[in-house]
Amino acid sequence: MIVSKHLLGLAGVRREEISIILQTAQFFKEVLNRPIPKVPTLRGKTIVNLFFENSTRTRISFELAEKRLSADSVSFSTTGSSVAKGETLLDTVRNLEAMKIDMVVIRHSASGAPHFLATLIDAGVINAGDGRHEHPTQALLDMMTLLDKFGTLEGLKVAIVGDIAHSRVARSNIHGLRTMGAKVALCGPATLLPREPREAFGNDIEIFTNVDDAIRWADALNVLRLQLERQAGGLLPSIREYANYFGITRRRLEAAKRDLVIMHPGPINRGVELESELADSEFSVILDQVTNGVAVRMAVLYLKSGGDLEVANGAG
Amino acid sequence: MPATAPHIKIKGEIMDAAGLNRTLSRLAHEILESNRGVDNLVVVGIRTRGVQLAERLIEKIESFEGRKLPLGSLDITLYRDDLAYRQRALLSRSKQPRIQATDIPFDLEGKVVILVDDVIYTGRTIRAAMDALMDFGRPAKIRLAVMIDRGHRELPIRPDFVGKEVVTTPGEEVRVQLANVDGVDGVLLVEVTQAQT
Repeated sequence: MIVSKHLLGLAGVRREEISIILQTAQFFKEVLNRPIPKVPTLRGKTIVNLFFENSTRTRISFELAEKRLSADSVSFSTTGSSVAKGETLLDTVRNLEAMKIDMVVIRHSASGAPHFLATLIDAGVINAGDGRHEHPTQALLDMMTLLDKFGTLEGLKVAIVGDIAHSRVARSNIHGLRTMGAKVALCGPATLLPREPREAFGNDIEIFTNVDDAIRWADALNVLRLQLERQAGGLLPSIREYANYFGITRRRLEAAKRDLVIMHPGPINRGVELESELADSEFSVILDQVTNGVAVRMAVLYLKSGGDLEVANGAG
Repeated sequence: MPATAPHIKIKGEIMDAAGLNRTLSRLAHEILESNRGVDNLVVVGIRTRGVQLAERLIEKIESFEGRKLPLGSLDITLYRDDLAYRQRALLSRSKQPRIQATDIPFDLEGKVVILVDDVIYTGRTIRAAMDALMDFGRPAKIRLAVMIDRGHRELPIRPDFVGKEVVTTPGEEVRVQLANVDGVDGVLLVEVTQAQT
């Protein structure tokens, strides 16, 4: 049962809803492999992609998902828009809504911007990343990739490595994975871990400050992009030191489980959080994540547009 | 507002198990006669019961001709034209999604496709199925085989092979029952009303 037309985050989203999205995404993955990878499902729907922050991967993934579903979509970025002239988010959205849109996909540097939007407009709101808060579709595509590899999330040990404190990807993953029965560990330098992780996410969260311990523990590593500005903020002594202590290398994987999987939300700082060769190795499912991203976003757009898949016997 | 649930009243039996089997044999013969054999023929069933019927037609044809035709299954949910109507029920939805797998494991280019469904009613399912098929390739022909034609067409679509034509009212439904889905073979005429719960 999909209980809301919005997808603002994965905190509080029930296991049943996540399962439905992941199950639906599998069917859309089949659509992506057809000779004509497009269905007329959202024909007549208008979706606006509001990207107040730079993004390549997520924006293109959403745009592609919308086109594959035959929706009309318009993409908007702050550069060259009225936002550059000082227009507020509220004014921007009210203007867009007056143009009769059905759904908004929003990325914003302010945590909570999608929630603010959802209280103001009739259109469905999909969060494509808000500040340090959540990035639900990224977590869903991560879960889909893990399901493809392991067949279940129940009991799966997933270590999230890197800058957890500032990561919306980590936050959505923690909520989603725990809801689906996976075991989650956080690993990173103390300055980049949340202050009270167990208070925030639950007592069963494992914490590692030694990446080798995390690698030995994990079935899958979700390696986060190190935001290089953290060094300027004084949270890291140097990028080289981070790479030495927390960078995932083939040598470190000698202690890993044989079928360990490495994920990364991209873009990768090769040689910093992940050894360049490993990103293209047999451990990596990074390109699977990209493919699954389109399928997951198609599923979210479809289900949040009112997609109900019941077909009565002899209906037509 | 009180919730409602469908109430089903059986109004009559259109076919029993033997009748359904005989009808399938006749349909298989008609398909072979019309195509002058099995050359270039493929069978695609519309999920769920269309696929089951397609499987049985393939078995019949194999018993007559000694050749097993390729089977494809088609889910047309993503091609339906009524998503907007369903949006109204968004917040009260309580059913599990039921997109089902589409599997066409052969090339449709130049083939004669026998599209199989259990009941033809408005014609919208068949329109959606033809749209979906075209996305998989360009068949030479699409021929439509249905077990029951219950009339009330909303689109100008006519099946090529019909098990039985049944006169119905819009309040009635035809239920094709198949042993491996429903536990029993047969065709029923039922009336569905919204019962108060």
